[in-house]
Amino acid sequence: MDITALVTGRWPYLFTIVLLLIGLYGMLVKQNLMKKVFGLNIFQGAIILFFIVHAYKHGATVPVLDDISGTDPARYVNPIPHGLMLTAIVVSVATTGVALALLIRIYRTFGTIDEKDLLVRLRDEDPQR
Amino acid sequence: MTPFPESDLPIAITMLLLFGAILTIAAGLVRRSFAWPVVLLTLLVVLGDAIAMLLAIVRGGPLRHTLGGWAAPIGIEYVVDALGAFVVVVIAAVSVAVTVYARAAVRAENPDQEVAFLGMMLTLLLGLTGMVLTGDLFNLYVFYEISSLAGYALLAIGDRKAPVAAFRYLILGTTGASFYLLGIGFLYVLTGSLNMADVARLLPTLHNNPALPVAIALVVAGVGLKTALFPLHGWQPDAYTYASSTTTAIIAPIMTKVSAFVLLRLLFFVFGVDLVTRLLPTGSILAWLSAAGIVVTSGMAIAQRDVKRMLAYSSVAQVGYVGLGIGLANPWALTGAVLHILNHATMKCCLFLVAGSVALHARRRTVAEYAGLGRMMPWTFASFTLAAVAMVGLPPTNGFFSKWYLLLGTIRSGSWPLVAVVGASSLLTAVYFFRLLESIYTAPATAKPEAPAGDPEAAMLVPTIALGVAVLVLGLCNSWFVTQVLQPALPAAVRLPGS
Repeated sequence: MDITALVTGRWPYLFTIVLLLIGLYGMLVKQNLMKKVFGLNIFQGAIILFFIVHAYKHGATVPVLDDISGTDPARYVNPIPHGLMLTAIVVSVATTGVALALLIRIYRTFGTIDEKDLLVRLRDEDPQR
Repeated sequence: MTPFPESDLPIAITMLLLFGAILTIAAGLVRRSFAWPVVLLTLLVVLGDAIAMLLAIVRGGPLRHTLGGWAAPIGIEYVVDALGAFVVVVIAAVSVAVTVYARAAVRAENPDQEVAFLGMMLTLLLGLTGMVLTGDLFNLYVFYEISSLAGYALLAIGDRKAPVAAFRYLILGTTGASFYLLGIGFLYVLTGSLNMADVARLLPTLHNNPALPVAIALVVAGVGLKTALFPLHGWQPDAYTYASSTTTAIIAPIMTKVSAFVLLRLLFFVFGVDLVTRLLPTGSILAWLSAAGIVVTSGMAIAQRDVKRMLAYSSVAQVGYVGLGIGLANPWALTGAVLHILNHATMKCCLFLVAGSVALHARRRTVAEYAGLGRMMPWTFASFTLAAVAMVGLPPTNGFFSKWYLLLGTIRSGSWPLVAVVGASSLLTAVYFFRLLESIYTAPATAKPEAPAGDPEAAMLVPTIALGVAVLVLGLCNSWFVTQVLQPALPAAVRLPGS
């Protein structure tokens, strides 16, 4: 398959894929737990952008009926993905909040949010494992 | 019979739990001891509602409720069939039992977090019942996240290491939820709809679309992570071990089972039997991964010294049976899988309640320390024995019947390695439970002066015994459930012959 033909005109989708991979990389590779939360946020942001990019129409306007555009569906942007992503953003904010609260608890208990140090301290406390 | 239409019964459950959770926190702010009665009352009403719903469905067919009067597929609808209603009844019944247990246990273990714990518990149940009731894919995502968020908070209540395990689960769980969201994004782009029935109607014309396997893979990975299907179970053992005993007793039996049920519904009612078994290898991948998981995690369970950790690994193994049944997708295997979702909820809840009672009351946690407890805590360990026997799968407990159907299913599928896995895993389960039971009943007890001998107080003992009895009763009533509730609710292609 010709890569250029696949990508041309789909640059925004390619961009969301790159963002998605950056997010995954952050979660998998970074040792600092705070950076894992950043990775998670980038990952979620990429998916939100995916929905929004799909809903975008060139030359269309906000989905409020007006006299100029009439009832032509091609003149309006699809509002459903935007509505869905509003909910997804709220979910993502809530998740970040819980994650930060947990990080504070971890930092207060163990004095570190670096995964390597944390694992060492966990092992010291629990010689069984 | 009811003062409102029967189709309002499903949404009433969501509303009751939502306002119950808010009211619990508010009551708890006034006075800490006010919170618990609110939770118990809410859950009893929810249980009544769920039973009324089940009866209404058995009498008059599936219930549909359209939110805000917007008809599906534009609006969001709740669709409940007999099977969904039965799952909600089980969720409500198990959580009533855990709530009775929770008052004494939480006060002994985490007194400062009592109100937060109870409020979060109702929020968790709100998310989980919502996942069962909803007929909309995006609504399912929202409920998935509600239950996950409550789950992270609950799992962080426990010992010093609980927040670390909860954080790890948060990263994995949110990634899983995001995969699911991306998956339904693909489905939405393909079909232009998010209503489950509507998507199921539109998909057959798109069977050759290359985006469809990607969508299915993303959805299965997303829901599989919450189900803790092997090899996506990494978050689970730590989270269960370090969380408080009541948290484990509510999350272990209910959350992973509800997710397994949702996986089943998505695969067979949205994607369709044809697509996931004949056209794509989703079913076989799921079956073989689950089979590998059953063997590996059963072995891990044998190697554990901490009883809660052993039970956590055995949970992953047991969910493997459900995954195996769903993956094989023949009538017998699927019957076994659904039966096992419900059976495992009761037995695992009973086992974790006992582990909690022993940790709090007798101050013992490891397999070695359990020696001789059978004579010290006779009623507690009578229930434990019943549930352990059910885990191994001996008649007449409920575990026997679900494994029996699964075994028939694997034999029918003709894959003899899988038959061997089901047989061998029962042996492995027997190894770790009978080893424990032997030391509980025959070995001399190690004296612990700071721990009182005897069963715990009635509030903690009665739910344990009730669940132990439920293991037997569900076993004896399984034919009613299979013929009356389960078979009519399955798609015709995967129904047992003659029903």
